[in-house]
Amino acid sequence: MVRPEQLIIASGDAVQPFAYSVGMHGSRFFTEIRDNCRFMAVRCPRCKKVYIPPRAVCGDCFVEMKEWVEVGPQGVIGTFTIIRFAFLDPETGRQKPVPYGYGFIKLDGADTLFQHYISVEEEKRLRIGARVAPVFSRERKGSIRDIEYFKVTD
Amino acid sequence: MAKRVAIVGTGQTFHTSHRPDVNGQELINEAVIRALNDADLQMKDIDAIVIGNMDHFEGINYVDCWSVDGSGGTMKPIIKLTTGGTTGCTVAIGGYHLVGSGMFDRVLIIGWEKNSESDTTGAITTAFDPIWDRLVFAGAISGLAAEAQAYMARYGATDRDAARVSVRDRKHALNNPHAHLRREVTLEQVLASPILADPIHLLDVCPRSDGACAVIMASEDVAEKICPQPDWILGTAARHSYSYLGDADYGRLTSMREGSQELWKKAGIREPRKELDVIELYQPYSFGGLIWIEDMGLVGPGEAPRYIWDGNTDMGGELPINPSGGVISCNPIGATGLIRCAEAALQVMGKAEYRQVPDVKLAFSSGFGGCWWTDMILHGRKKPH
Ligand SMILES: [Zn+2]
Repeated sequence: MVRPEQLIIASGDAVQPFAYSVGMHGSRFFTEIRDNCRFMAVRCPRCKKVYIPPRAVCGDCFVEMKEWVEVGPQGVIGTFTIIRFAFLDPETGRQKPVPYGYGFIKLDGADTLFQHYISVEEEKRLRIGARVAPVFSRERKGSIRDIEYFKVTD
Repeated sequence: MAKRVAIVGTGQTFHTSHRPDVNGQELINEAVIRALNDADLQMKDIDAIVIGNMDHFEGINYVDCWSVDGSGGTMKPIIKLTTGGTTGCTVAIGGYHLVGSGMFDRVLIIGWEKNSESDTTGAITTAFDPIWDRLVFAGAISGLAAEAQAYMARYGATDRDAARVSVRDRKHALNNPHAHLRREVTLEQVLASPILADPIHLLDVCPRSDGACAVIMASEDVAEKICPQPDWILGTAARHSYSYLGDADYGRLTSMREGSQELWKKAGIREPRKELDVIELYQPYSFGGLIWIEDMGLVGPGEAPRYIWDGNTDMGGELPINPSGGVISCNPIGATGLIRCAEAALQVMGKAEYRQVPDVKLAFSSGFGGCWWTDMILHGRKKPH
């Protein structure tokens, strides 16, 4: 009888890195975050919805969007959760540190929600509707990590 | 559709958390052989194949190519469809289109997954946008938790209401020999189980399973010759609502609402709660069993907890949901949606054994996944007009 563990071949530890395009709209967003700590969104000329992350096309209206709007930097928690279970972070191949809070934040002036970490230092203050503000990294490089997390302010 | 389409045979493996005794190809073959036996057909009778899984779960792509020995696809038209959690329902809808178009009379549809071969949450996370979504997202559970949190805030529902759904499905699974988990739980056990992501407890969610399912669809020209009581497909719908996770209306499932409205209209259904006899809902967590039946229009917004507590969706109730035990009891992801379809077909055909709901004339099955994508199938005993 063969034991189950003898029937399995591991893939090895190799990692295959990828290089993703951010797009012109995404590039503008990250440049503004890096240089000015400003959140830039884009407005649909037809339905007037203000999108964040900014993107080239309104999916609902299927029209090009070019009108930039500054939103935030503060907002309210639209919804949130606190992740407490272990899983592998596909970006590092290692277990992601838990618990961590994250939420869908309605930045002032935006119509869609911006997804990011929310500090769980004071877990009890997290609630839908709570006001939050971003904490930016000191050394910003033009990526989503330039925002470290949001924290509850009220 | 040029031709009316029916399901004439189904086959499932015995699903469990780990099947090291078979590779993917062999697992697929088990389900295919069972479906062929069920329809009393041979591989040579099959005109085309649709197959799907979540390819990055196994770290092997192109399942349509490498599995032909097991799927029966050698020298046959075969196409792969992969749409995330919805894959199993999408392959069924793809098969329906192939037969309905009149191009093929007998199509074999396969969904499968070996979730034991990777970290499911890590793998699911790579299905979302690498720039905007991936930093914080933690697979299916994180998005579902955000949905549950919003629903609770909006309607005052509680995790106890959700636990009632989990208790129901886990009890139903006792009747299903194919369910991966077959153990009854109490409300207290669900609520005392560890929190994975607020407000979701361990016993609120589905397991990771290894398994496969196969379904054979046939055109109206041959269906009744193969099977005296086939399961007729009355309609299908699919909706994909958003690009980024932050675009969703948390607390509601827009794709479910729009898709089911289309389906009711297509089939002339005015009161789905009264007209449907049974539902196999792709419900990976208990809160979905509350939120999504409201979006289907079975009950009004915020009314699901009361409807569930009153036993209406239990076996013997007004509209039983998940007689199989559902996704909470068994979840080989690429097969999960097709299992819903197969289970609904068994109900219509009267072949669901211990989990049979009496006299099923109209059944509904669904798939859920991706960026809040829903797809669905309406099944009936009578040949459609
Ligand atoms: Zn628009």
